[in-house]
Amino acid sequence: MGRFHRHDDGTVHSHDHDDEGHHHEHPSGDQPRPRGRHAAAPTEDDPQALAELIGDHTGYQTGRERIEILQDIYAENDELAAANRAALDAAGVHAVNLMSSPGSGKTTLLARTLAAFEGSVRVAVIEGDIETPLDAERLGGMGAQISLLNTGDGFGGECHLDAPMVAKALRGLDLDAADLLVVENVGNLVCPAEFDVGEHRKAMVYAITEGEDKPLKYPVMFRSVGAVVVNKMDLAPYLDFDMDLFRSNLTAVNPQAQVIELSARTGEGVDAWLEWLRAPLA
Amino acid sequence: MHEVSLCRQVAAAVTRATAGRHVQTVYVTVGELRQVVPEAMAHAWTFVVRGTALDGARLELHHVQAVVTCDDCQHNTRLGRQLGFDCPACGSSRTHVSAGEEFVLTAVDVDGPDDDCTPEQEGTLDGALSPS
Repeated sequence: MGRFHRHDDGTVHSHDHDDEGHHHEHPSGDQPRPRGRHAAAPTEDDPQALAELIGDHTGYQTGRERIEILQDIYAENDELAAANRAALDAAGVHAVNLMSSPGSGKTTLLARTLAAFEGSVRVAVIEGDIETPLDAERLGGMGAQISLLNTGDGFGGECHLDAPMVAKALRGLDLDAADLLVVENVGNLVCPAEFDVGEHRKAMVYAITEGEDKPLKYPVMFRSVGAVVVNKMDLAPYLDFDMDLFRSNLTAVNPQAQVIELSARTGEGVDAWLEWLRAPLA
Repeated sequence: MHEVSLCRQVAAAVTRATAGRHVQTVYVTVGELRQVVPEAMAHAWTFVVRGTALDGARLELHHVQAVVTCDDCQHNTRLGRQLGFDCPACGSSRTHVSAGEEFVLTAVDVDGPDDDCTPEQEGTLDGALSPS
């Protein structure tokens, strides 16, 4: 492996800058490129910029052939997510991807949601759980279909649900008998934000025990959602939680997010959450 | 955080693209908002490919800064330590991320057609290096 080093522009590499060694002709048509320069922000839509970015590495001392690929590693996930969404649309099911850190009260809120919707909204749940069926057991017996996805896979388990996993879980559900699908993601504020699983909307549960700074520390997560449930409000008298500071931190990364303050334990404020879930079902 | 699974996906894509040829270097462009830790990725790569056809292949990451573009005034801002997505030029909150979400396998270097290639032979790989 080469060594990582960081340039002034923030570019990180693990190769050697053997610029002098790059000067030879490429009769095959590979044009010489400026050395030691890197495009600041190429995108996948700009193959030329990407080609330029890797231009430093053409020309080696030994037999070597460059295969240009330009494959978005997330594209496969996104295609399958689109297929999931199409299947959900065909069955008239609205899907919500529910994310949070571990212990924020996601499953408690979901249990309350299922109890409230029993008999009025037909709910299906995909439950992402690293090793255990504990969460799925907590949600049983409330009229909802539950599909459990244990994400444990040898090396500590996956840290998020992705579209292939959700596609597999969807096969265990009768979508024609559901109005709303809630995908309870793995408790983690980093990875789940980056994987479209085919949902229509994303929401997250945040507990006031987590501290006001979390939107700034996990901006990708907080920016990805349409609603932020602020849970454990019943604990507010015992904490020094500063709601104004939290809200201004959230606004800095996601000014559009709807904030729903509630206590999943006492049920106070849950109606606003139920309304958010139900709104697109009409 | 999911560097291991990302490395697995990269390895699978490389394996498909190289059809059994010996891989020397794998080039991946990673946007800042993908939250990949370069050192963790490099470490994960070594054990994901160990014992596979890609064993020994180098992984080279190119880091892309996150940039937000204002929908109102089109001003580009590089996201810095003071994370905020509002446009600093006009104050608008209507912005979108225009760079920093990449995770692209850009290219792979494989051994030339002749594995025992000497430096003088490089010029004989007519057509092989042509960019598409």
